[in-house]
Amino acid sequence: MNITLKVWRQKNAAERGALVDYHVAGVVPEMSFLEMLDTLNEQLVAKGEDPIAFDSDCREGICGMCDLMIDGQAHGPDKGATTCQLHMRRYKDGDVVTVEPFRAKSFPIVKDLCVDRSAFDRIQAAGGFVSVNTGNAVDGNAILIPHDKAEKAMDAAACIGCGACVAACPNASAMLFVAAKVSQYALLPQGQPEREQRVLAMRDAMDKEGFGHCTNEYECEAACPKEIKVGNIARLNREYLRATLVSDY
Amino acid sequence: MKLESKIPTGPIEKSWDKHRFDLKLVNPANKRKFKILVVGTGLAGSSAAASCAELGYQVESFCIQDSPRRAHSIAAQGGINAAKNYPNDGDSVWRLFYDTVKGGDFRAREANVYRLAQVSNAIIDQCVAQGVPFAREYGGTLSNRSFGGAQVSRTFYARGQTGQQLLLGAYSALMRQVGAGAVKLHTRREMLDLVVIDGVARGIITRDLVTGALEKHAGDAVLLCTGGYSNVFYLSTNANACNVTATWRAYKRGAAFANPCYTQIHPTCVPVSGEHQSKLTLMSESLRNDGRVWVPKKKNDARKAADIPEDERDYYLERKYPAFGNLVPRDIASRAAKQMTDDGRGVGKTGLSVYLDFKDAIARIGLDKVKEKYGNLFDMYHHITDENPYEQPMRIYPAVHYTMGGLWVDYNLMTTIPGLFCLGEANFSDHGANRLGASALMQGLADGYFVLPYTIGGYLTGAKLPKATTEHKAFAAAEGDVVKRTQALLGAGGKKAPAAFHRDLGRIMWNNVGMGRNAKGLQEALSKIPEVRAEFWKNVSVVGEAADFNQTLERAGRVADFLEFGELLAQDALTREESCGGHFREEHQTPDGEAKRDDTNFAHVAAWEYKGAGAAPERHVEPLTFDNVHIAQRNYA
Ligand SMILES: Cc1cc2nc3c(=O)[nH]c(=O)nc-3n(C[C@H](O)[C@H](O)[C@H](O)COP(=O)(O)OP(=O)(O)OC[C@H]3O[C@@H](n4cnc5c(N)ncnc54)[C@H](O)[C@@H]3O)c2cc1C
Ligand code: SF4
Ligand code: FES
Repeated sequence: MNITLKVWRQKNAAERGALVDYHVAGVVPEMSFLEMLDTLNEQLVAKGEDPIAFDSDCREGICGMCDLMIDGQAHGPDKGATTCQLHMRRYKDGDVVTVEPFRAKSFPIVKDLCVDRSAFDRIQAAGGFVSVNTGNAVDGNAILIPHDKAEKAMDAAACIGCGACVAACPNASAMLFVAAKVSQYALLPQGQPEREQRVLAMRDAMDKEGFGHCTNEYECEAACPKEIKVGNIARLNREYLRATLVSDY
Repeated sequence: MKLESKIPTGPIEKSWDKHRFDLKLVNPANKRKFKILVVGTGLAGSSAAASCAELGYQVESFCIQDSPRRAHSIAAQGGINAAKNYPNDGDSVWRLFYDTVKGGDFRAREANVYRLAQVSNAIIDQCVAQGVPFAREYGGTLSNRSFGGAQVSRTFYARGQTGQQLLLGAYSALMRQVGAGAVKLHTRREMLDLVVIDGVARGIITRDLVTGALEKHAGDAVLLCTGGYSNVFYLSTNANACNVTATWRAYKRGAAFANPCYTQIHPTCVPVSGEHQSKLTLMSESLRNDGRVWVPKKKNDARKAADIPEDERDYYLERKYPAFGNLVPRDIASRAAKQMTDDGRGVGKTGLSVYLDFKDAIARIGLDKVKEKYGNLFDMYHHITDENPYEQPMRIYPAVHYTMGGLWVDYNLMTTIPGLFCLGEANFSDHGANRLGASALMQGLADGYFVLPYTIGGYLTGAKLPKATTEHKAFAAAEGDVVKRTQALLGAGGKKAPAAFHRDLGRIMWNNVGMGRNAKGLQEALSKIPEVRAEFWKNVSVVGEAADFNQTLERAGRVADFLEFGELLAQDALTREESCGGHFREEHQTPDGEAKRDDTNFAHVAAWEYKGAGAAPERHVEPLTFDNVHIAQRNYA
């Protein structure tokens, strides 16, 4: 099939960008969306034209590196899937598809479709950890964790840090990402000693990075490829309130 | 070049403790005077960087991706081994050691493997303490499963995302140190050369992948934790950015490269669908706990799976290996699948796949239980193939997955260049000729959390390191080499994208140096690879500039290195005139088609030394002795 793409091209953070049209011939249904872009890029390179810059790595939905806005949807039309998991069998001959970067003030554009998500790393560095040096651990089974708690913590820990929640949110809020991390630790006994400190530090870091506030739009949950639930945001808010009430920080 | 393995003498159970005691300690106040450069943020790199920073060293950490959390370790699905014996099924440090040596087909160092088994338990404890949400039983204890050819349940897991959770644990430890100012993080950086001063590793040259700027970094030790080289085959289960560049450039600066021909082909991957394919997806080995592998008994049987009656199906693994059945080690399962497709009994459109069937499991334990255990894997498969594995059997085929070879390291994880250490999949150490499932995660974290942090102290106290800054002429020289290479890539002015050359190389590697190798095919590869390489430098098209975000240039550099490295791999395979583990030489097999080792002539590590461009590399040998595990033919029947 033939597909027409409207792709955001932008040389770097400083210059202005625009949508550019490309025609891709010979697309087959088994191709992934990114393989379709690879094919286009290979043709561009062979012709000596600048290929489209986009991020991806694992190409199986786990590393969180891929991040495209496809027809206005973060990670495209498939629910619970990353961009790299989208396949061309979703499209038909003659379709026109618009491809843009994840847009948010805190995710500046690097080039074309690539953005800088290092703000997430800085939030993590602020408190997304348990302070336990190597060698300090007790036996794994000395800490008993009920099956359901462990499963809930795992649901939250499944976040891949892709940033789709931010891109989908009208306020470019990072609440779902932060909530997932805070929830994982809040649910586990290992997270208790630093419980208050963590939520305060991570929320603070989030605000400093310029992410917006949550106004319950639920767009984040709809876009999240790992189907992280907004219930985690409620937990984050409770944890935050609790921390401001009980802590000395 | 001399290979001094520094393996401690005495009883193997005591060697690591004794060695640790013998290692000199660095005075706590002096630690902050040493700077350690850690390249790679996978399990090995993140754990090493965090642990060294906790000890008080100055650490700088580098990775290609935009965040350390995206290293390829994130993709590991199945689990991590440890000798906890929580299920009380007879496991022990000794058994894990024994299984790993045997699984590696007697081509690994006993002392290293013993140490790995010994520290395995501490890894689980450390990860639990970090908040890694391992699967739990209803009573709150840790769950185990059996995995990858083991007869005991020693594998710890977090759904099908064990690598992700372990890496996020190590990443959280790393980010804690970044936050504390103890680690300086450099993301979107690629190491392009190693700087050696007076024979000692003193720094690296990196390229900032956003601005294209080259940077010099000086330090007192360099740790390469840069992962495996599966992508030399073009298609593999590895992520796109996985490469051999860091270790290859270190090789060219004097680090020996050991056993490059030891590559692992994983039996259960989603089959290739066409030319456009950019990677292959692994279907976790855990599926073989309940799925049954089969092909039709008849050749070229075009019927749908459901139309093939039970007595016309060949459950060939169960037939050939009744004791282990569908759980035989990876190399054996992969080869058996190839035998079936070579025999014309493969299934699917291309005939290049076999069935993995859950019909009986669904009947035995119920659909819900199957969903609970494998739901995410089934969904992943469905997503890729558009086939529903609850209704029809999965189609699977082997794919390149892991590389046991890597930079040669001694017991301290130091390469043949003093001050250059190598950890994780990038080194050659613990898996011999075949890696057992769930043991790579174990090794990466063992190296980073519990081995290197000790051994590096021994090196730093002993080494007399004069101050080295980036002003030293060796830095300018190495940077000059990188600039020259980059200019050559940009200036080739050809017509073909680097990816196309990568595909050409991959085709040669898979056909001639893949699952079945023979002298003729290997010689053919050795004549074809230089041809592709020559065409590459003449006809590659790398558009854009050096001083810019340029993904074509990145790819071209990695492909250029693969085009050199592939030749060494083929040569190593040609020289090793035996079959062992993942290295199967068709000339060396038993009458029933199993790998036939030659312990008289090949019970050794082959370590290759670079002798300059155009010159033949020199093959060095480290003999392997087996004092604790009786060396025998592997038998899984
Ligand atoms: C799909 C899949 C599933 C797997 N499942 C399992 C499993 O269930 N159990 C198990 O034990 N093992 C499994 N493995 C194997 C295991 O995941 C890997 O062997 C292991 O994670 C490798 O870790 P590492 O730290 O050595 O390297 P990686 O995680 O590969 O990290 C490499 C790091 O080096 C960086 N890097 C590379 N080159 C450069 C350079 N030139 N400059 C700068 N940085 C560089 C990268 O950015 C990255 O940060 C699996 C592997 C795959 C592919
Ligand atoms: S919460 Fe979901 S959308 Fe947001 S970063 Fe995590 S995985 Fe991505
Ligand atoms: S490329 Fe890794 S999640 Fe898409």
